[in-house]
Amino acid sequence: MKVLMFGWEFPPHISGGLGTACYGLTKAMLKADMDILFVVPRLYGDEPAGSMQLISASGVEVDPGDEVFQSEGGKISLFEIDSTLLPYTTEEEYLDLVKQLETVDQVSKIKWDSRTYSFSGGYGKNLMEEVKRYAIVASNIAKAHDFDIIHAHDWLTYLAGIEARKISGKPLVVHMHATEFDRSGENMNPSVFAIEKTGMQAADKVVAVSHLTRDTVIKKHDIDPEKVITVHNGVEPFENKSLVEVKKHFPEKIVTFLGRITYQKGPEYFIEAAYKVLQRDDNVRFVMAGSGDMLPRMIRRVAELGMGARFHFTGFLRGPDVDRMYGMSDAYVMPSVSEPFGISPLEAMRSNVPVIISRQSGVSEVLKHALKVDYWDIDGMADAIYGTLNYPGLMNMFKKHGKKEVEGIKWDQAAYKLKQIYQNMLHV
Amino acid sequence: MKNICLYFQVHQPYRLATYRFFDIGDHDRYFDDHANRFIMQQVAEKCYLPANDVLLSLIDRYGDDFKVAFSISGMALEQFKAYAPKVIESFQKLASTGAIEFLAETWAHSLASLKSKKEFEAQVSLHKQAIWELFGQKTVTFRNTELIYSNDIAKMVFDQGYKTMLTEGAKHILGWRSPNKLYASAKVPGLRLLLKNFRLSDDIAFRFSNRDWNEWPLTAEKFVSWFQQAAPGDEVINLFMDYETFGEHQWKETGIFDFLEAFPALAIEQAGMRFKTPGMLAEELKPETELDVPYPISWADEERDLTAWLGNELQDEAFEKLYQLEKDVYHTGDEKLLRTWRLLQTSDHFYYMCTKWFSDGDVHKYFNPYNSPYDAFIHYMNVLSDFTIRVKIPSPAR
Repeated sequence: MKVLMFGWEFPPHISGGLGTACYGLTKAMLKADMDILFVVPRLYGDEPAGSMQLISASGVEVDPGDEVFQSEGGKISLFEIDSTLLPYTTEEEYLDLVKQLETVDQVSKIKWDSRTYSFSGGYGKNLMEEVKRYAIVASNIAKAHDFDIIHAHDWLTYLAGIEARKISGKPLVVHMHATEFDRSGENMNPSVFAIEKTGMQAADKVVAVSHLTRDTVIKKHDIDPEKVITVHNGVEPFENKSLVEVKKHFPEKIVTFLGRITYQKGPEYFIEAAYKVLQRDDNVRFVMAGSGDMLPRMIRRVAELGMGARFHFTGFLRGPDVDRMYGMSDAYVMPSVSEPFGISPLEAMRSNVPVIISRQSGVSEVLKHALKVDYWDIDGMADAIYGTLNYPGLMNMFKKHGKKEVEGIKWDQAAYKLKQIYQNMLHV
Repeated sequence: MKNICLYFQVHQPYRLATYRFFDIGDHDRYFDDHANRFIMQQVAEKCYLPANDVLLSLIDRYGDDFKVAFSISGMALEQFKAYAPKVIESFQKLASTGAIEFLAETWAHSLASLKSKKEFEAQVSLHKQAIWELFGQKTVTFRNTELIYSNDIAKMVFDQGYKTMLTEGAKHILGWRSPNKLYASAKVPGLRLLLKNFRLSDDIAFRFSNRDWNEWPLTAEKFVSWFQQAAPGDEVINLFMDYETFGEHQWKETGIFDFLEAFPALAIEQAGMRFKTPGMLAEELKPETELDVPYPISWADEERDLTAWLGNELQDEAFEKLYQLEKDVYHTGDEKLLRTWRLLQTSDHFYYMCTKWFSDGDVHKYFNPYNSPYDAFIHYMNVLSDFTIRVKIPSPAR
């Protein structure tokens, strides 16, 4: 079985987690005896393709007159990229992105010459332009190769998937890693939302990374539930990094929030829960690590509650500091309002830190050894924090099972399920 | 095969309220009165009352040939009185026929037999007293919480004056032997043992409405024909199960009440069998042999051991901390604290903390009011933390 797959990025050149997810998935698919032609906007030559065929969309010859999207009418207009367009963005990646945005002018200078187009492959200001060009190139790639099925990852590649389907007549699977609703709440970018919807409508099957995401596309994008199948993400086996032993210079326990301080991540619920815990337990400090547009408001709220002496903001943390932070933590809280999957609790767990996660996250669907609360249930969240810090049975239980559980969440399971989906579609 | 022994367990715990850590030291309203009342009234209507009616009519029709044994936990009795007094009356009516044997158990449906002889004995006495007061019966047969049994427990039960006890016909104890006979304890041979035939019992309790089961639908004819397949020399089929099987675990719509009515009728009329109580059987039958049970067995799950209630870190911490308070609780001499301590001993609390259902057992999930064992543990520990504070306050200040 040969799959023509459209992605937007591939390791090591990734700025979001989408590339990491595609890498993990495709590696497992190869193991499961599927052949993959993986298309990305551009290649750098150092991608670890293995037995997979990687295709760069840059340099594929097209007829300049072949601008399919022009003919489809101006429904999709150009818009300015904003950082929230990425799935799986971590704090670090966010900052990289900001940097990238500062150099965005360079990107837009790359010109479409007569026959080939050199994609930036990033998330620059002319992203929508690139998305459309990618689709044009996609139809040429589809013409030139043999394959059984088409698979497109996230909205950026949906138009490419649709074009490839038109040309080849092969069935299309679109993969929802994060929806515009998850990224922006009710303030969705209408153009992105429209592409998501168009892609899912045109597709023969939609794969969602969690039941939560499946619900979102059914309710928000109005997609036929029959068509949408959940395939939970896996996690790449973590390198055998030795756990960071950190010496704390104070006796109190530490409860940590680590992530972008934005609406989607629910930082304000963490603060309100912290306040409740501090009323009863003076053997604890709270840490909010990260940056984001809600940070100033969060700092004001902590001051307002008069708990600044016990609630600390670290700002943005980089690689080794993230590990140190986990090393110091006695509990990790992810109070996300909407999280298609959510990898950070798994990182905490492999550092032996017990996690409290919101039920509004895809990862809560696959984790057993985690405390789960609704993100708005501040009392429940506070109770879970207090219990984790004060009843040793919980900590012991999490330490015993957490790490093992994370190691069991594999991409192989996702690849297996995907293969079944393909087989059903192809009636083989 | 001549005899059938029907025994039903009746139990409802006092479920805990949502009790947050910031309630600790503030109030002691630990129990969810609303939920407890609601559930009791619902189960009364769906199960206890209609099932009692079926039994009453069978007793009416078959007189001496139809007998049933019940064990009703002390807290179920209490909650009947408080929330569904009609159920008490209904059981009293059954008792007045003389066809019912009430069994003894620990008042709080507790695991005290595993931890404290003193508390175990106190609870057995309490329960004995309650049965005497409500039904005018002196209990002669004992069944421990969840049919938990071991050599050591046998000794305690015998010392309490009981000559007969029920437990599970666990495969790993019986080996090639049949559960359909009377046995005796290896430790105290004076104690007779009746063993649950788990295959036939669970056919009713767990599989009755399961359409994936290759024997579905289970008819009275089919069920009674299985009795006849017992080995020659077998003497009694022990059908032990939760009474809530009827109308609660297996809904009325599955035909479970019709079945409850039909299979005894068929067994008596066509197969010539008699339904007898454990007390009668212990008198009539001779023990086949002695059973040595060094490690506790129970009627739960595939393992038939204690792992539904004890063994994981959550359960063990809660259980240890609870029983560490024994001396202090007795020392206070405070009846209310003693009672609360007992309500916290109910095995259900520990069952809710079981992590086994992560991999197996829809059964666990069905009976669990919590989303996860972790939630159950946190609630329980919050309550226990408050209770501990109250027990440790010197009495004049309390």
